[in-house]
Amino acid sequence: MRIIEKRQLMSADEIRRTLERLAHEIVENTGGAKDLALIGVRRRGIPLAERLAKSIRASSKAEIPVGTLDITLYRDDLSTVAPQPVVQSSEIPFPVDDRDILLVDDVLYTGRTVRAAMNGLFDLGRPRRIRLCVLIDRGHRELPVEASFIGRTVETTDAEIIEVRLNEIDKEERVMVMDRVD
Amino acid sequence: MSHRFRHLLAIEPLTREQITFLLDQAKPFQEFQRYPLKKLATLRGKTVALAFFENSTRTRISFSTAASRLGADQMNLQAESSSLKKGESLSDTVLTLEAMKPDAIVIRHGSSGAAEFISHRVDVPVINAGDGTHEHPTQALLDALTIRDRSRSFDNCNITIIGDILHSRVARSNVHLLSKFGAHITLCGPAMWLPRELDSLAPGIRRVPRLEEALDGADVIMALRIQQERLHEPSLSADEYILRYQLTPSRVRLAKSNAIVLHPGPMIRGLEIDPVVADSLQSCILEQVTNGLAIRMAILFELIAGSAEPQEQAKDSPHAAH
Repeated sequence: MRIIEKRQLMSADEIRRTLERLAHEIVENTGGAKDLALIGVRRRGIPLAERLAKSIRASSKAEIPVGTLDITLYRDDLSTVAPQPVVQSSEIPFPVDDRDILLVDDVLYTGRTVRAAMNGLFDLGRPRRIRLCVLIDRGHRELPVEASFIGRTVETTDAEIIEVRLNEIDKEERVMVMDRVD
Repeated sequence: MSHRFRHLLAIEPLTREQITFLLDQAKPFQEFQRYPLKKLATLRGKTVALAFFENSTRTRISFSTAASRLGADQMNLQAESSSLKKGESLSDTVLTLEAMKPDAIVIRHGSSGAAEFISHRVDVPVINAGDGTHEHPTQALLDALTIRDRSRSFDNCNITIIGDILHSRVARSNVHLLSKFGAHITLCGPAMWLPRELDSLAPGIRRVPRLEEALDGADVIMALRIQQERLHEPSLSADEYILRYQLTPSRVRLAKSNAIVLHPGPMIRGLEIDPVVADSLQSCILEQVTNGLAIRMAILFELIAGSAEPQEQAKDSPHAAH
């Protein structure tokens, strides 16, 4: 099986503008970002959370702590998944108790990653609220999970793959729809 | 991937990459020990068999707690209640355990090579929790983690190990691990516990019977547990051991000023170590215990979750595509 690029979904400029819009929406809907903390889900949620926090700080003047969460230990597919799992650190240098937590990830798909991330958060304490922000919502949910802040909603088929490439990790900046071909 | 494991039987056959991988995998579990809620569901539905044919308190509790915190159930076999007392062979006892379908077997046994022997007879991962005078790999890994955390690089690090080297599986595993990373190892103890054969453990290893000389320039001082039944007249009395080998504050001062002190426990204050040294800021003895939990969680996770047979790719795996 090969994976080929089908079409580009977002350019670097579109990603930038989308994140700016999301940052404004977040400030508006979190009471001026009071008690807000962002947690990026490893891996591409991390740079997205950092960029959003930067914009939110600029417009709200609020201190926005940012953490990172590795969900490996909370996955429900450890006994069936193909690649062997490697655990990485979660760095959440603030108490999550009574915080207004915003989870940040690149793509919302089945919802299982978000379920795992919430379990990970509960081990650290009891947030007042957890909401979700994603760059792309591609549908095909397997759990009752929805995002509060969505960069773009995209219709996809099961065979398609959404690939988000970010400068911090991939040295390029764009979002693509890929296709599996036999 | 070549650095992944089926069993953990000894340090000697491992590569630097494999050891580094395990130490890195322990890091998230070190952080986990500070979580308010120390219970994962990661290995829910999995069972770890703890087969301790030799008495052990701390290693058994450490493995048991590590398994519990990962969400795994346990089967316990202890020396006192063991059917070995009734004459059953090691092989039969372990096959009986395996028939109860554990997902990993942790074994401690008085015979060197017992863990490897068992690994050839069962289909589940085997973890050596100490076999005779051979190896105690998880102890060496937790010691290495402790040394690394105190920002000591292993390369060119001077490590002095003191005590009954001859009978110590802890010393053996540590020598194998640290020498792979270029540490300079000095073994120190009474001549009867420091035979020439130890030279073959690692290239460049030094045997120094005089403690004051062995401590000169040390970055890491590791005192071993002394089994009192091995100290007797006329070869060596406990008083003589204390006089010549006890780790005292004045002796520790012969090492580098920022040297750290390790002890695998259980330690006997006043025998191999002076209480002042045991409680000093240089002592990492309690960190070793906490790191033991982290390294054992990492190993159980690696051998049980990491050895899963690849099946159909999960849709939402963070390692797979979205």
